[in-house]
Amino acid sequence: MSDLAVRVEHLGKEYHIGAVQTERYRTLRDQVARSVAAPFRRASKLLRGQATGAAELDETIWALRDVSFDVPRGQVLGIIGHNGAGKSTLLKILSRITEPSEGFVEIHGRVGCLLEVGTGFHPELTGRENVYLNGAILGMTRARINEAFDEIVEFSGVEKFIDTPVKHYSSGMGLRLAFAVAAHLDPEILIVDEVLAVGDAAFQQKCLGKMGEVAEAGRTVLLVSHNMSAITRLCERAILLANGEMVASGDPEAVISTYLGESTLDSSWNQTEDEAAPRGRESVFQSIRVLDGRSQSTALVPFDEGFQVEVTYELPRPVRDLVIVVAVFNHRGEVVCVTWDTDSTDLAGKVREAGLHTSTCRFPSSFLKPGRYLISTVAHIPKVQILERRLQAVAFEVSPVGYPFEVTREGLVTPMLQWTVDSSRAQADALPR
Amino acid sequence: MNDGSSMASVANGSTPVPVLRIEPSRGWVSLKLRELWEYRELLYFLTWRDIKVRYKQSVLGVSWAIIQPFVSMVVFTVFFGKLANLGPEGVPYPIWNYAAMVVWTYFAFALTQSSNSLVTSSALLKKIYFPRLVVPIAATLSGLVDFFIAMAVLIPMMLFYGYAPTLNTLWLIPLILLTFVTAFGVGLWFSALNVQFRDVKHGVPFLVQIWFFATPIVYSATDRITDPKWLAIYSLNPMVGVSEGFRWALLGLEPHPGPMILVSAVVSATIFVGGLFYFRRMEKTFADVV
Repeated sequence: MSDLAVRVEHLGKEYHIGAVQTERYRTLRDQVARSVAAPFRRASKLLRGQATGAAELDETIWALRDVSFDVPRGQVLGIIGHNGAGKSTLLKILSRITEPSEGFVEIHGRVGCLLEVGTGFHPELTGRENVYLNGAILGMTRARINEAFDEIVEFSGVEKFIDTPVKHYSSGMGLRLAFAVAAHLDPEILIVDEVLAVGDAAFQQKCLGKMGEVAEAGRTVLLVSHNMSAITRLCERAILLANGEMVASGDPEAVISTYLGESTLDSSWNQTEDEAAPRGRESVFQSIRVLDGRSQSTALVPFDEGFQVEVTYELPRPVRDLVIVVAVFNHRGEVVCVTWDTDSTDLAGKVREAGLHTSTCRFPSSFLKPGRYLISTVAHIPKVQILERRLQAVAFEVSPVGYPFEVTREGLVTPMLQWTVDSSRAQADALPR
Repeated sequence: MNDGSSMASVANGSTPVPVLRIEPSRGWVSLKLRELWEYRELLYFLTWRDIKVRYKQSVLGVSWAIIQPFVSMVVFTVFFGKLANLGPEGVPYPIWNYAAMVVWTYFAFALTQSSNSLVTSSALLKKIYFPRLVVPIAATLSGLVDFFIAMAVLIPMMLFYGYAPTLNTLWLIPLILLTFVTAFGVGLWFSALNVQFRDVKHGVPFLVQIWFFATPIVYSATDRITDPKWLAIYSLNPMVGVSEGFRWALLGLEPHPGPMILVSAVVSATIFVGGLFYFRRMEKTFADVV
């Protein structure tokens, strides 16, 4: 008896991306001759059954190469990696949308796929009609949809509008209905791509709950997500893809830290070391660094300690109204906060002399949620001129050291705030003894 | 045959677990008609959607199914029947034209729809697996409802002109099948080509127009071509057999179109079978290229 749900062996997928043009058309005559000949060349390739998307197809890239892993029955596997690492390609092969170029996959059991919710929804059809259509597209039988229909509608929370054409729905309602259909798929193996990024926070919570249920019911789940907390919460194992190859596999926490650590970004940026940086008078920023409490450059900040972001810049001439902006982004690219160096200084409207300056911003302890952050800096004169922008110049990580809250606590930040609880009136209403 | 994926059953305790193997396919692949049968509900829903959505937000709604062939017939009667006098001897032009026009309208629609079907469904192709053949089949099927509505108009017209249905009318069933297979067969080639070359999208309306004039719909061919050899060559256009067949079955017009239908059926079957295999062969590239 095999206890394997999915077996992936040396899987690879090659894409034709079309050759970079090797020579430029020199004359109009050449160009005309080529355009006349091109359709025939393509047609002959086509009849030989070659995939021809562009005129010349010699250039290829491997979106996935030599990936092997097994998923035992009932395991929830997380798949992580940067954009373009090959996650989507892997899912597309597993769900049979596209064929691999080498290797093979063995799937034991019925597969349900959620690469995008709401695929095949038609705006002119009513919610009810779309439930049936979408269900059929996802591979549900009519009998199964009939059975689950009431549950689907209830889960989506659009009961009142179920006989209204979907084009009159808000986008949130449409997505909720779509997810509700998908959530009632009943496969042995579920392949999911980022559906958790749907709807508002409350609905996302509901979706996560549903995913947890599916996992607890002993289903095998393959989940691709950028949401690291969802991966740690739901998955028993994770694999990390980078440039089409599998670079790590195992305990989700360990794989996630490999993922976060493998970023090429540094916690300090220095103009002289950055070859891509502009030269001469264009360059304003000299260095950007993250510093710990002892003013040492650091990439890892404990949650319960404060840290500083130090921006050094050189002005070629005196500049009036200059503002240095520091923006903090989380790993999902969401802006956590934006702060100006004129916020708490008296520099607004003043002139800064030519030469070297350093603006330092102090971040409080117990503020940023543990995780990876990126910092972008801008030097500008508000509404007049942007002197320089360094987007996602440095990265650092807030470690969970000293993090007192539940891992699942929501919010972009998890500040430790001052609370007071007044119980002085409790006595008066208490029952007499 | 080397398949992209194959199903097998492996005993797992008492319940068999389907095992699916996904691997690269090479060359010509099997048609996997059994899998197509398993997806018949999806076919049903996609066809149903196309029918349901077609006349949404139109005032005249499903009357369009009648208006199109009927108004064309009236225009052709005036220009080709009266002015150019291209009609046959001894048959009223309107009913003679409408008998062919009604099936041509379906053919033109089905051909256009199926040729564009894959590109129109690109969102589905990129996100969900199902036998891709479902898409052009649904597109070809969905026009049948309009066709039967337009056919219903034929009954009062026949009564008006004094024609009664005979047993020959039953021949309409294989003729409709022949039309379906022709439209679907050409649609298979074009839909697969359209994925790579959007030229098809621009070429199809043009082709339909030329095809229309290559088919005896507004003019009578049998009055002019009498040599059986030339008639056979003419019937290489499958719609010639269909068009003449419809008139024979409905209005009892001679000559008997049997040989013409036979030639047309052979051509149509060739296009169809070739289209099926070509479509299956190209199928693996659809999701990547569309």
